[in-house]
Amino acid sequence: MVSLIAPIGRTTLDILRALGHHAFFFADLLRNVPTALRRPYLVVAQIHAIGNLSLVIIMASGLAVGFVLALQMYYALVTYGAAESLGLIVNLSLVRELGPVVTGLLFAGRAGTSLTAEIGLMKAGEQLAAMDMMAIDPRSRVLAPRFIGGIVSMPILAILFSTVGILGAYVVAVLLIGVDAGNFWSIMQTGVDVRRDVGNGIVKSMVFGVICTFVALYQGYETQATPEGVAHATTRTVVIASLGVLAMDFILTAMMFSTP
Amino acid sequence: MIPAEPIIEIDHVTFGYDASRSILNDVSLTFERGKVTAILGGSGCGKTTLLRLIGGVYPANAGAVRFDGEVVDATDKEALFRLRRRLGMLFQFGALFTDLSVFENVAFPLREHTDLDEAMIRDIVLLKLNAVGLRGAAPLRISAISGGMARRVALARAIALDPELIMYDEPFAGLDPISMGVAANLIRTLNDTTDATSLIVSHDVEECFSICDYAYLMSSQGRVVAHGPPLELSASDDPEVRQFIRGEPDGPVRFHYPARPLAEDFGVRP
Repeated sequence: MVSLIAPIGRTTLDILRALGHHAFFFADLLRNVPTALRRPYLVVAQIHAIGNLSLVIIMASGLAVGFVLALQMYYALVTYGAAESLGLIVNLSLVRELGPVVTGLLFAGRAGTSLTAEIGLMKAGEQLAAMDMMAIDPRSRVLAPRFIGGIVSMPILAILFSTVGILGAYVVAVLLIGVDAGNFWSIMQTGVDVRRDVGNGIVKSMVFGVICTFVALYQGYETQATPEGVAHATTRTVVIASLGVLAMDFILTAMMFSTP
Repeated sequence: MIPAEPIIEIDHVTFGYDASRSILNDVSLTFERGKVTAILGGSGCGKTTLLRLIGGVYPANAGAVRFDGEVVDATDKEALFRLRRRLGMLFQFGALFTDLSVFENVAFPLREHTDLDEAMIRDIVLLKLNAVGLRGAAPLRISAISGGMARRVALARAIALDPELIMYDEPFAGLDPISMGVAANLIRTLNDTTDATSLIVSHDVEECFSICDYAYLMSSQGRVVAHGPPLELSASDDPEVRQFIRGEPDGPVRFHYPARPLAEDFGVRP
């Protein structure tokens, strides 16, 4: 009997310990945010590294998603004679869901892995230990600026993703298929609520930014300082951050759009 | 010989990374101010761990580490950072920041800990780099310099804030003979000219003895085997000291890892 209960207890303790460790790490990051904000040049450098350098993949993906969305929606809507709703459906799909979620997943793959590998290699090269021995807290000097950079970059990238996606849908729907341009834009103006749809989309992307950046930094900082350790940490970043984005998307959607 | 004015005291310290195995067993060492002291010993004997305990990276399981009379408390971050501002450490492979240039690496502690203007920082950095013979390498990327040069840049960074204590973790490991000689001379010269105290952790007996004032020899069981001035240790009759200093493959420190009898492993009948 004891041999059956013991592993359950051990696993529960391990999970609680891991959760506690994550919570302390997160609290420590938040505590160091004001210090990092006092040195904006460090944050700006990270916004450039995390945000600007992710632009190509985010915008290319946004464009592709816009193209496909317009095509798929057109074929579905035209069957019911509702092709004039295309602009609205594309817009709502992008700003409410696809923009934040797909950007979050791409962000985990592009910027998240880069952050984990960078921090992990800094740890392996004793750069973090050297900083610590110089009486400089690596969490304040290295992690906090990246954390802010990720949270700031993510909503901007999501907005750009949705914008490019809508333009892509316009190209396919209006220029290629021949949907009326005035109808395409005007139905968006009447059907999209800035606070409820766009605002909630931005809030979602900020939450995803926190999840992705936190997971990436935690995995990098806590990695085993070996090549295998860094490789595993980068993989874990993609898996955990992606699952976190998808799980949190469901929770946020249920909270934000529970009423029609 | 008990040193007259110690800057570091390791007082009956016991330490292990986990409860099952102790790295250091009740060791007591004293490092005299202004001197170059070497801690010698084979791989895994706890030399680097000792540096980490002095720097407060880990707390000792038992005993105390004192820096200038004050107990190093690894749990008090503020006091620890105050203490660390008074020491510089050279890591085994330099631990330079690879995203910064040589100049910026040396300027890093100055920018973080002082409000000096850019002109002053430039002058200090170039002076420190000049002291290690690398003033001309200031604009280079870290990826563009050799291992020996990286060690010297790290040394310039370690002395940027004129620390009272400089700790060297394996400063000669992996260096060619010229770089090794240069590093040894630099350690001695910088110690004397900056009035600092130097602590070298190494297994390179010859280089250490050529520059140190005092040396401790540690065994693989994490205890101090012998200590004294280099000449005294060189003349020691202790078999363990002699084996280490002369680099003999077998002796009190066994060549073979403990194993079953040879005949048993190869199935030879008695």
